[in-house]
Amino acid sequence: MIFGTDVAGMVLGGVAAGMVLFIVSVGLSVTMGLMGFVNLAHGGFAMLGGYVIVGAMNGWGIDFVPALALGFVTIAAASVVFERLLYARLYTAAELDQVLFTVGLVFIMIASVTLLVGPENQQLVLPPMLRGQVDLGFTHYRTYSVVLIAVGIAIVVGLWLAIERTRIGAQIRATVDNRRMAESLGINVDRLFTVSFAFGSGLAALGGGLGAEFLGLDPQYPLKYLVSFLIVVAVGGLGRVTGVFYAALLIGVLDFVLKKYMPQGGTLFIFAFTILLLLWRPQGLFGRKAT
Amino acid sequence: MIPPAPALAEHPAALALAGRHRLRIWEPIPWALALAFYFAFPNYLGFGTELLITALFALSLDLALGYAGIITLGHAAFFGAGAYTVGMLAKHGIWNEPITSLIAAGATAAVVGLGSGLVLLRTQGLTLLMLTLCTMSLLEEAANMGHEYTGGFDGLDSVPIPPLFGLFEFNPLYPKTQYLYVLAGLFLCFVFVRMLVYSPFGQSLTGIRENTLRMHAVGAPVRARLVTCYTLSAAVAGIAGGLWAQANAYVNLTTLGLDRAATVIIILILGGYGRLYGAFVGAVAYMGLSHFLAQLYPTAWQLGLGLLLVAIALCARNGILGIGESLLRRFGVTRARS
Repeated sequence: MIFGTDVAGMVLGGVAAGMVLFIVSVGLSVTMGLMGFVNLAHGGFAMLGGYVIVGAMNGWGIDFVPALALGFVTIAAASVVFERLLYARLYTAAELDQVLFTVGLVFIMIASVTLLVGPENQQLVLPPMLRGQVDLGFTHYRTYSVVLIAVGIAIVVGLWLAIERTRIGAQIRATVDNRRMAESLGINVDRLFTVSFAFGSGLAALGGGLGAEFLGLDPQYPLKYLVSFLIVVAVGGLGRVTGVFYAALLIGVLDFVLKKYMPQGGTLFIFAFTILLLLWRPQGLFGRKAT
Repeated sequence: MIPPAPALAEHPAALALAGRHRLRIWEPIPWALALAFYFAFPNYLGFGTELLITALFALSLDLALGYAGIITLGHAAFFGAGAYTVGMLAKHGIWNEPITSLIAAGATAAVVGLGSGLVLLRTQGLTLLMLTLCTMSLLEEAANMGHEYTGGFDGLDSVPIPPLFGLFEFNPLYPKTQYLYVLAGLFLCFVFVRMLVYSPFGQSLTGIRENTLRMHAVGAPVRARLVTCYTLSAAVAGIAGGLWAQANAYVNLTTLGLDRAATVIIILILGGYGRLYGAFVGAVAYMGLSHFLAQLYPTAWQLGLGLLLVAIALCARNGILGIGESLLRRFGVTRARS
């Protein structure tokens, strides 16, 4: 039975990590799919969100859940300003300019956080309700990880419904598939992008707060996890919510298992896997072929 | 063969194309300055050596990114391949003669570039960006794992490098030999790259960057050209890495890291890409500022660098050289004459 619990524990831990990866990366996938914008600063929004959430909890004594909501709203609102003032100027620019701009933005975010808060890691103190273990019937596991999995599933179901069943979701799907055609049908792509950018950044902020417990939260966060977020998006396919979900779970579990059994360079296999997969399917596992 | 009509040959565009490879009057100036630095600042030669190596690395990236338009986030893979070649050959007592090991470094990096280029350059855009990034990370992890050969996380230190030509000692504390040696290496590579970009081959690379579809249509072997360019660029980057390993007498994982790859892109764009001397201007500006500012105010340096990058991306002026050029044009000096 020891083996059984071990496997269950590993899968649960990996899935929980994958959920956080999904919550952070899904916005990146949608914005890249919509505009083809290479936004390397996406992790920066996750970090800023994490700081708002942890700061609100530690500084003002706000509870965990209201703090998460506050982080989501603050970062979503801030990202609208960023998007309208700065990003919008670069939609038609070369990829290289986009890379340069977003790298510069990451540097500004890192430096500002270091100046304002300091370079040390911010500790997220979970409310007592979420600490400890929970009995799942077949095994005992950390309550927080189980909660993360539940939250992740709720978000993916919600997003799936929003993308598949609402008008704006249909517009997003149409724009990802063929932007010019969507525009000529009268879809306001600019507004669509602003909305999904804000929502995606808000979700990233949520992920930054939810994941702060085991990913840590310090000014180097956006660079440290940049490669992971990009891999998830590339593997999942641009603009595919469910694709990103499966990719995040896959990478989360793979990373968790490899870190446990091969702490010395298990990530090697994740990179090799990504390279092979992208050579086989450049559009990602779940992406549709570009036409 | 019918000779071209004289009117066509004297067309200003034809004249500009025919004369673009000629040596400009100002071209010896950077090299004179580099030599003057040797005599003027004997206490800063270590910094100067680092600067020259960075310029060479940026030059190699200019070939791939500036001329052929291959957007890569993983160019440090080749720098690291070269550095580890020199380091491992010397540390394990196989071969350590400086010049030949430098050639070995370039050859190894070229092989890595050819191998990865053959498969990676089928893709473009975000996929290419991710693939180059992953290839570099893969090499970094491999160097981290194979600690028996590569020294793992700590790298290889005190790599034995014998005197150049058996005469000039590499002294890490007083790097006079290193400076001149690296300067010579940079000069030779620069002459090679300069010849390359002004050759018909270089011309076709610019064509691919500007309009891939049209180059396909006129019958240019686009893939083969890109792979060749990527391989040559990798070789030059490998030589830069080899020089780095010899000048410092150590190798570590930073030679393969995302930090180095991102920094070199920033340097190239800061100076201006696709224009040969952009690599030099960028390296001097970036290294100079970071050397003096980063130690005093590291956070402010990062903030300023970020603001500068955002400004360059938004203004789309193509770096310091681009800004200078547009200023010159405003004052009535045309590009063809400058």
